[in-house]
Amino acid sequence: MSVTLATVSYIGATILFILSLGGLSNPETSRRGNLYGMIGMTIAVLATVMGPQVTKAGYGWIVGAMAVGAVIGIYAARTVKMTQMPELVALMHSLVGLAAMLVGFANYIDPAAAGVFQGAEKTIHEVEIYIGILIGAVTFSGSIIAFGKLSGKITGKPVLLPGRHLMNLAGLLVVIYFDGVFINTHTVAAGMTPLVVMTLIALLFGIHMVMAIGGADMPVVVSMLNSYSGWAAAATGFMLNNDLLIVTGALVGSSGAILSYIMCRAMNRKFVAVIAGGFGTGGGTPAAKGEGAQPAGEVNPILAAETAELLREAKNVIIVPGYGMAVAQAQHTVFEITKLLRAKGVNVRFGIHPVAGRMPGHMNVLLAEAKVPYDIVFEMDELNEDFPNTDVAMIIGANDIVNPAAQDDPASPIAGMPVLEVWKAKTSVVMKRSMASGYAGVDNPLFYKDNNRMLFGDAKKMLDEVLAALKA
Amino acid sequence: MPQVIGVPKETADGEKRVATVPEVVEKLIKLGFSVKVESGAGDAANCSDDTYRAAGAEVVDGAAKLWAQSDIVFKVCVPTAEEVGLTHAGQTLITFIWPAQNPELMQSLAARKVTVLAIDSLPRMLSRAQKMDALTSQAGVAGYRAVIEAANAFGRFFNGQITAAGKVPPAKVFIAGAGVAGLAAIGTAAGLGAVVRANDTRAEVADQVVSLGGEFVKVDYEEEGSGGGGYAKVMSEGFQQAQREMYAKQAREVDIIITTALIPGKPAPRLITAEMVRSMKPGSVIVDMAAERGGNCELTEPGQAVVKHGVTIVGYTDLASRLAKQSSTLYATNLFRLTEELCKTKDGVINVNMEDDAIRGLTVIKEGSITWPPPAFKLPAPPAAKPAMPAKAPKHGEANAPASGTSTAITFLVAAVLFWFIGAYAPPAFLGHFTVFVLAVFVGYMVVWNVTPALHTPLMSVTNAISSIIAIGALVQVAPPLVVGATTGDRPEAWILGLAVAGIALTCVNMFGGFAVTQRMLEMFRK
Repeated sequence: MSVTLATVSYIGATILFILSLGGLSNPETSRRGNLYGMIGMTIAVLATVMGPQVTKAGYGWIVGAMAVGAVIGIYAARTVKMTQMPELVALMHSLVGLAAMLVGFANYIDPAAAGVFQGAEKTIHEVEIYIGILIGAVTFSGSIIAFGKLSGKITGKPVLLPGRHLMNLAGLLVVIYFDGVFINTHTVAAGMTPLVVMTLIALLFGIHMVMAIGGADMPVVVSMLNSYSGWAAAATGFMLNNDLLIVTGALVGSSGAILSYIMCRAMNRKFVAVIAGGFGTGGGTPAAKGEGAQPAGEVNPILAAETAELLREAKNVIIVPGYGMAVAQAQHTVFEITKLLRAKGVNVRFGIHPVAGRMPGHMNVLLAEAKVPYDIVFEMDELNEDFPNTDVAMIIGANDIVNPAAQDDPASPIAGMPVLEVWKAKTSVVMKRSMASGYAGVDNPLFYKDNNRMLFGDAKKMLDEVLAALKA
Repeated sequence: MPQVIGVPKETADGEKRVATVPEVVEKLIKLGFSVKVESGAGDAANCSDDTYRAAGAEVVDGAAKLWAQSDIVFKVCVPTAEEVGLTHAGQTLITFIWPAQNPELMQSLAARKVTVLAIDSLPRMLSRAQKMDALTSQAGVAGYRAVIEAANAFGRFFNGQITAAGKVPPAKVFIAGAGVAGLAAIGTAAGLGAVVRANDTRAEVADQVVSLGGEFVKVDYEEEGSGGGGYAKVMSEGFQQAQREMYAKQAREVDIIITTALIPGKPAPRLITAEMVRSMKPGSVIVDMAAERGGNCELTEPGQAVVKHGVTIVGYTDLASRLAKQSSTLYATNLFRLTEELCKTKDGVINVNMEDDAIRGLTVIKEGSITWPPPAFKLPAPPAAKPAMPAKAPKHGEANAPASGTSTAITFLVAAVLFWFIGAYAPPAFLGHFTVFVLAVFVGYMVVWNVTPALHTPLMSVTNAISSIIAIGALVQVAPPLVVGATTGDRPEAWILGLAVAGIALTCVNMFGGFAVTQRMLEMFRK
């Protein structure tokens, strides 16, 4: 395949990638979007392999490596549970980061790649390698930590080291200093030292950055790492003078950044504050506890059978799922209940908060897995005004996203965050394991409201009991 | 030793209610008490002795025996002189008392050295007290029953119908006073299909009236009528004049009037004059729920349903009792909640804790000494001036508003400096790539901006799959063609090959896995 033919193929692949992202913004066209992505990727890979930059000697290696990767990837995709999606996505981001690092190193030690550059071009090329490896390393270690946090292997609480902003700043200065050292070296061996030091710092920085971010902010982190993996690809593209890599990397990078921004807006948080880590500590605001009015009063517990009774008597029901539903794997039971109630003529809808769960759109995926038709699943803004006309609002394992303190208590650490106004429903039923507070560590005045009932227990078990009582 | 809760048969004429029902007996026993019920106590409320026995209560013959054996007595009606005689020192009596209206009763009870909790003296503004508020629960039942009585006496349908036999207009119902009873009546009448209007001197209830399907009729006069603790107060003469005119107008128009206006400690206000009754259509109905306190209508005869000027005036004073099973169940639950408050230890022994605001308010006689009226309860201050919110949360959509002029200008300035810097120093080859890069960033931004939140996860996993395009970087390094001028000897083949192959394998996990998992997720999205 000639150079021009390869280039044309690249343009085709680029267009397919753009169509793919565009298609994914609507459920109707989403499947086609995914297909475009696959075709684009196939074209890109084939054009590269058949193109002038790969000789026949490499075919065996390429096919072998691809086969190994494909088997692992498809196996993981087939077996992953939908509730584990956030972990899987985070893990996959780490692979991209690692690959970007490897490619960067390979490129650096290849004299054929560097030999053609002189002067300013050489400097730029080396900076490109440096940045490519840097982003790759941060993405890699950050994603590994995110994976650990999401799968519960590492604590979900923000781990805040003293003087962490200074540490990050110092790290950044060291990285810039070694960049200067790196550019001024003339042999591969001499350049390797600053490169490896920088890589280590970048790895530590990635770990440190994600460790400092609380579990509630994970949706932002996951999409931010997604964005990083894109920028890593773009940096690699600059390094290799490959426009396809630049374009695709930039597409992924900017779309991930937009997604992070949308998430932040849904939580009424500043992007910078989320990345800086911690909760409510970003701008020097006092810590959560002790501030703001502590809600007082008593809670009204309720039994599963009584909940079933409430649901049976209701005309309008809104179900608000949260991370607890995902943990308890309760989505199928929820839908069984929904089907039963709808058959009785009850208008059941789902209200999804933009940051419910641990990944953007997490709840939608779970409900979709349970085959809940997406036209009864609504966004917060679509049904927040309907709560006063709702008989029962059922909250399954959610806390901060239904906390009235966000609206009523200016001193609350989550003040100003848009929340689902479940307390305006005639009755709200909160399913929760205990009175513990949510990820934000804020007590929830909702639990003490007169029209609120608490159904304590594991969400799956309680819902099974509700279902049994409804069928009886 | 668990205390015994005794439930005597109500002795008042026509009283069908009973202070506890079998369902609640079970709960009381769980709190550690033993329960004794007078034989036949629940008969009028469809609770037979057998059902009480099945629930774990002991059935006792005769009031005297029951009172003697009980540590705590649950009653509905104000106790008679005879019942006062049955009490013994140290006993606790929980019932309606109306201490302001019954001073002699208070004296005689105090002389018996008993503790009396008057369920009517509950401090209602405590939100914690709502579950014990028997006035509310009984008023709700009475409001419902008032509409049923009206429907019974009214000769037509409530709902409008168009039938083969002709068109039936809907009944028009006017409800004076939108307290608990009034609101229950509004809901019931609206549920039957009537056109419902309501009025109250407290303007803040207008929303509640509308929410139940009624229309709020305003009095054409400015005055706020909200007294303490959610009750109404006596209004000025000017207001009353305007109010009378409004009532006169409604009387001419509507078919049914239900009046619920009460002012605490005062006779019921006269809202409906004989003149207004005369102006009503023949066959109309008035249900006067304030009959016991003199009536809102001039012609009401308490306890009776009478026909005057062709209008049926229902003055029953036992509306709640006429729905005995329902009102008893609600009352029993109110008393159970009160018992829970009294017995926090769940060991079957009550503790009349005078430090507790709710219990302090309820307790009118403590071990023979009158403790009524309670010290002024500090009312929760009305939420007058809300604290100024620091920066209102941005509503959805506001964030899309164009940024302020200065910040936009600064952004553009920084971008301009950056571009100038790149333009001045970067070689032309780099600029080509840079152009492509910047444009691609904008394309990504435009394409993704409007994604539905439901698809965030699939979008992320597809972009993740696409980011494995980095495989290309590894592919071109596996076995590149020889570059002129570079000798094969310099090239650390094994290292590069190893790194590249590892890179390919890693990205392929991502590539295949990412697309496959996206596909799996999208399969699930369906209408």
